[in-house]
Amino acid sequence: MNAKNIFEKVWDAHIVQQTTGHPVIFAIDLTLLHEVTSAQAFQTLQERNLPVHSPGKCLATIDHSIPTRKNRHEIFDLAAKKQVELLRKNTQQHGIPFFDFGSQHQGIVHVIGPELGATQPGMTIICGDSHTSTHGAFGALAFGVGTSELTHVLATSCLLLNKPKVMRVHFKGLFQPGVFAKDAIMKLIAEIGIGGATGYVIEYTGAAILAMSMEERMTICNMSIECGARAGLIAPDETTYAYLRGRKFAPQGTNWQKAIEYWQTLPSDPGCHYDAEVEINLEKLSPMVTWGTNPAQAISIDQKLPKLEELDTTEQIAAKKALDYIQLKDGEPIANTPIDWAFIGSCTNGRIEDLRIAAKILHGRKIHPQVTMYVVPGSEAVLTQAQQEGLDKIFIAAGADFRLPGCSMCLGMNDDKVPAGKRCISSTNRNFVGRQGTGSFTHLASPATVAASAIAGKIISAKAYFKV
Amino acid sequence: MKKISQISGKTIPLAMDDVDTDLIIPAQYLTAISKSGYGENLFRRLRETQPEFVFNLEKFSGANILITQHNFGCGSSREHAVWALQEAGILAIIASSFADIFFSNSGKNGLVLIQLPESVIKKMLMFANEDDYYLTINLAEQTISSNKNEQFDFTFDPFRKYCLMNGLDDLDYLLNHQKQIEEYSKRISQ
Repeated sequence: MNAKNIFEKVWDAHIVQQTTGHPVIFAIDLTLLHEVTSAQAFQTLQERNLPVHSPGKCLATIDHSIPTRKNRHEIFDLAAKKQVELLRKNTQQHGIPFFDFGSQHQGIVHVIGPELGATQPGMTIICGDSHTSTHGAFGALAFGVGTSELTHVLATSCLLLNKPKVMRVHFKGLFQPGVFAKDAIMKLIAEIGIGGATGYVIEYTGAAILAMSMEERMTICNMSIECGARAGLIAPDETTYAYLRGRKFAPQGTNWQKAIEYWQTLPSDPGCHYDAEVEINLEKLSPMVTWGTNPAQAISIDQKLPKLEELDTTEQIAAKKALDYIQLKDGEPIANTPIDWAFIGSCTNGRIEDLRIAAKILHGRKIHPQVTMYVVPGSEAVLTQAQQEGLDKIFIAAGADFRLPGCSMCLGMNDDKVPAGKRCISSTNRNFVGRQGTGSFTHLASPATVAASAIAGKIISAKAYFKV
Repeated sequence: MKKISQISGKTIPLAMDDVDTDLIIPAQYLTAISKSGYGENLFRRLRETQPEFVFNLEKFSGANILITQHNFGCGSSREHAVWALQEAGILAIIASSFADIFFSNSGKNGLVLIQLPESVIKKMLMFANEDDYYLTINLAEQTISSNKNEQFDFTFDPFRKYCLMNGLDDLDYLLNHQKQIEEYSKRISQ
């Protein structure tokens, strides 16, 4: 038998039909839905008088356009309100499980899927959201689609796909204290560029990956799309099984043992082929931060911004535009840049571990008086857990605003926006021009860096908090 | 879907790499529930802050072929980006490369994406920027001709070409294979 990598195993198991000269008819096991990209898909089903093929293989929630304040069920933005109401109606009409406000499971779609045990190894998962790659942390093939493809899956549980190439990203060595999964994935993106993995699915390997919790693995896979890879995945192992065991939608009883037997067949075979291989050494990695307007424009906090004259022509044009926008000077240190806002949350870093790390740093300390800080749990379950552990009290005592679950300040499409001209250190995934609000400046970093910077009022590394 | 075999028209140059879909249409304009109404917000932030931005210039009005550089359409999977471009009159995009999700979203909506080498793109951007630069894209022949007497060949996915030229949509294709889909479902549930 040919040695296969994990992607090939999942791919081959989901081929419905393969005809020469045609794309593959590819089966999808789980469809995640949220309010922003689904309305037009349901509209098409209605126009064409089509039912949802497998409502039981869908799961819906509200996250993108909702407020995160108290009384959030009162949505003042009428368009957003309509979107939410429509998803409620559509899911009810088609019999799709829907996690509404107060259901104890509402949250960012990429936080609740894993949390509910709906995300499982070997599955194929889609959602009208590019950060669907998050679910790859479980050894699932998960990727973002547009509204048309979402319609196709709702109607047929299938998609038409051309087989992507596979890239192996091997993380060599282990982190130093104070360096996190977020720093590792940001380093990869900075190394290979924002389009460096376009056309590929990434498999992440290495000792650091094996040592990571599921939360950390999700952070890694989440940002695969920021270097162009539609999906990123990690082989399931004992850590994966331990996380899933007993969760709401995870296999139960005798099915659990059967599932594990299947999941154990998924890891890449020795000697399997990859179309490309990249190695990133983590041993000397220090905390990362972005300086520009795309996620690849990132450096270590202890480094200086690149000098324009040292960049090649195309990079130089992009870098100059980015620096003009973000109002920083080339060749200068990024450390100690004053910040106005700090944000912890999102599908990248809004999980319980992220909140724990931030709370560890903020415990007994105050954020800088010039800084406004939002801490937004990724889901109602994360919120409850944080409350049980007393993390909410730590954030509030530090002067941060501890809010209700949603995408919040990650994308500037709900009430939570960074004002124009303000600089935000953010645990999110994109620093595109105006991403967090028109005219705002974003610096991506790990939750630890965000917390430490919020205290200092300027961009600093959290390494001092993790001295051994 | 409308059948497409040829696209002719004026070009508009966008000399940028890594144009992300947040830039094409910012998230605050995504709260609508229809597939229309996005055109007016195409590149909204650039149009508001840069008077010299190409989509603000009279000389490019009526252009229907966008010429741009590497990794166009990266970032968010929002199909609204495609709808906004189409509503603003763009029928085809010629670029050095495209991001994956944007590429597949475009195909589903009949927005024709053509990849050409960087050297050709450079020249096209220059011509388009200087004066009226018109192109005719012949999908059947997979050729592009210009009013500067140039001719270029391009590669194109044969299945996508067949669908575009015959006005077929992926959903019809999938619905025509329901039998195979049900057989697969049976096979895996065993």
